[in-house]
Amino acid sequence: MNRSSFIAGAVRNIVAAAFTLLGLLIVTFIIGRMLPIDPVLAAVGDRAPADVIAKARAEMGLDLPLYRQFWIYAGHAVRGDFGESVLTAQPVISDIKRVFPATLELATSATLLGVLLGIPLGVAAAVWRGRWPDHVARIFGLIGYSVPVFWLGLMGLLLFYARLGWTGGPGRLDIYHEGLITPVTGSILIDSLLAGNGAVFADALRHLVLPASILAFFLLAYLSRMTRSFMIDALAREYITAARIKGLSEFRVVWVHAFGNILVSLITVIALAYGGLLEGSVLTETVFAWPGLGLYITHSLLSADMNAVLGGTLVVGCVFILLNLLAELFYPVLDPRLRRTQR
Amino acid sequence: MKFQARSSVPMDFFSGDRRAFLKGGVAALAGSLLPLPLKAAVPSDVFVMALEIDDVISLDPAELFEFTGAEIAGNIYDRLLYFDTEQPDKIVGGIARSWDVSDDGLSFRFRLRPGISFQSGNSLAAEDAAYSLQRMIRLGKTPSFILAQFGFTPDNVGERIVAEDSETLVIRTGRVFAPSFLFACLTCACASIIDSKLVQAHEQSGDLGNKWLRTRSAGSGPFGLRVWKPNEIVILDLFENCWRGKSAMQTVFLRHIAEPGVQRLLIERGDIDVARNLGPDQAAGMAGNPGLRPHTVRKDGLYYMGLNQKNEFLRKAEVRQAFRYLVDYDGIANTILRGQAEIHQTIIPAGYLGTLDDRPYSWKLDEAKRLLAAAGLGDGFAVTIDVRNSQPDLDMAQSLQAGFAQAGITLRLIPGDGKQVLTKYRARHHDIYFGRWGSDYRDPHSNAQAFASNPDNSDAAKVKTLAWRNAWEIPELSRLTDEAVGERDPEKRAAIYHEIQRRVLDDSPFVVLFQEVDLAVERRELHGFVMGEGFDTVFYREVTKSS
Repeated sequence: MNRSSFIAGAVRNIVAAAFTLLGLLIVTFIIGRMLPIDPVLAAVGDRAPADVIAKARAEMGLDLPLYRQFWIYAGHAVRGDFGESVLTAQPVISDIKRVFPATLELATSATLLGVLLGIPLGVAAAVWRGRWPDHVARIFGLIGYSVPVFWLGLMGLLLFYARLGWTGGPGRLDIYHEGLITPVTGSILIDSLLAGNGAVFADALRHLVLPASILAFFLLAYLSRMTRSFMIDALAREYITAARIKGLSEFRVVWVHAFGNILVSLITVIALAYGGLLEGSVLTETVFAWPGLGLYITHSLLSADMNAVLGGTLVVGCVFILLNLLAELFYPVLDPRLRRTQR
Repeated sequence: MKFQARSSVPMDFFSGDRRAFLKGGVAALAGSLLPLPLKAAVPSDVFVMALEIDDVISLDPAELFEFTGAEIAGNIYDRLLYFDTEQPDKIVGGIARSWDVSDDGLSFRFRLRPGISFQSGNSLAAEDAAYSLQRMIRLGKTPSFILAQFGFTPDNVGERIVAEDSETLVIRTGRVFAPSFLFACLTCACASIIDSKLVQAHEQSGDLGNKWLRTRSAGSGPFGLRVWKPNEIVILDLFENCWRGKSAMQTVFLRHIAEPGVQRLLIERGDIDVARNLGPDQAAGMAGNPGLRPHTVRKDGLYYMGLNQKNEFLRKAEVRQAFRYLVDYDGIANTILRGQAEIHQTIIPAGYLGTLDDRPYSWKLDEAKRLLAAAGLGDGFAVTIDVRNSQPDLDMAQSLQAGFAQAGITLRLIPGDGKQVLTKYRARHHDIYFGRWGSDYRDPHSNAQAFASNPDNSDAAKVKTLAWRNAWEIPELSRLTDEAVGERDPEKRAAIYHEIQRRVLDDSPFVVLFQEVDLAVERRELHGFVMGEGFDTVFYREVTKSS
């Protein structure tokens, strides 16, 4: 890849990202204004007298024409100012800084677990198609697709937290560890390591393991089915037959020649799934009292707290765009044919 | 059998020991159905509650008007007066040691207790009380209407609420009001007394310290705010020099746990002391647990139906009356609410001055059919009912739907988010609204004004009471409500409220069904946790734990 084509590609991606974000802003803004909820209700409650409601409406800029409301909002958003959340009385950006690391920690752990378990399971299901590993993968897939995450979360808490005491309960920490660590990154695992506080790290890990495992289970089910499907297709190709005729070991045939060729598709699937988790898993966050982004956006949306919704949505949009960019960057690394194309 | 705790996938499953895994799994799940063993996990000087705190949007007393915010403020701040938690109809002094009313009924003088300190170390004086009440009016946030009812405006409040000296506060109203009305309003969390010097030091652009105080505390109560993380946790620390004496709890934690099932797990495991948002199912499931006990208190919330008088069917008096006979009060109470509410049919909650305990209505299908036939609607009709998509509201609405169907009335349920339903209700776009109404303050006027006053029924009205929302034009009843709030004699005042309630009960667009009962479950070793009848009378100061 030469320098000029790299720059052209980067500019193309940045322009596309900017348009995507603008579109996201417009669509979210319009949806927010079309909701049959008066945003002033969230700010002043149901009992406020007429003058208080009118004052709040003016303060929130809701008495202005829609295009001016959007123009003002977009102007602030460009400067990184999403305004103040009605529900928390905090700047939205502060709220996002507080809730996003919680989601990031949970989603990253879940994705790592899901990938480490789901992909080998999918490969095994494809290699031993119709035999017991395939049946196991199918059962996991079926359960993963059909069992509600809400129920599984509650059962997980009942068994592993309440009965066996192996994991922490709801929340990110036991109350006794609240406030012991000064937030630096927002990730308690990282911050406790930075602070050298092993007790808080261990507690955070105990609290993370169950929600991360529950989410990972659903990811595992999805990834194993996708991997199986990609692998069955790859294993039926002629180059695999050729590799076997050449006398290569079965391990090399499967993991280097077949798996190597499905990596590009798999990376796309993983990136999208990871993005979905970063967007937030509202039910998991509800059951585990996990103060994450999904819960924040959902709660804000139901209260017509549009500053928070728009801010949160933009962050989610940025995350998806970033993940797509990263995935695209990886493609040439994983597939030599793409490197040649770009040259 | 062993599980690998590091992942949700039991690794033994792959190593062929499936039988052991299945056996162990079944045993673990079966065991999980048994009552959980209790262990005293919470230290004796720490008080932990699980509840929903996502309604908190500010901790500034002049701004907060949400259940949890008011509860927290009640433990951080003091008020001039309180309702006695043992005898809820009796007013007792808070920081006011005595009070009297002038002969003309326009002037109220409060003498404050000496020697009270704020958590900052500043002394509490009458100037702080005057500043706090004046600030509420000047800020003009939602709760300001509670004091504004007495004629206070930003322009006159400086002259009408004054500190005569450091121990005497004088409040002068614009017209004669029932003293009990003013006293009740002063017991609200929004009338909390704040540390004026501390708050004034944090004013920004004339905001009277509102931005600063939203997330901090400046009170003289038994606890101070350490941290509030929205939708996550509130931590309160003991104020050792509180004038009431030092509380036993060093720290209070309010953890946001939205899911009742999880609250149950936490209290059964001993990780919390009180679970505050349990449903009847969770409470019933814990009934036999010797380490726990229920804690119930009657609240002032009323479940009711509001029938929009803009609807041609609901405008007929016979239809409104028929609706009262089409509610299976006992059935709903026994099968859906199960201890979370008691039957109540008048608009003033039990426990309030002038409340009437009349319950003339019960399930009478034939009577309802007769009334509908008299209205010319014997063949039935269809209307919609807006209801929050949460429990127990939805189950109750479905029960109403089933009952109404027997009389030929098609009730189409429109479930929605709370704010969505309210937006529609406030715009008078509903047919029937089903929901809950909680009093703004513990005085009958709060509900009488809401249900039985509608001075202007036009769409452009400034005062939009519940009567207005249901387009109920009632000039005579509005006048009677206004008369009641000015009556200084408590007995005569109560008699007027009796009359108002009878009239609403006989014929109005309101079908009141139940009065709410708050249910919490607490650990047996916990003592002194006070849940008063109002949402701002939940106190932690007397909490202790036996070993």
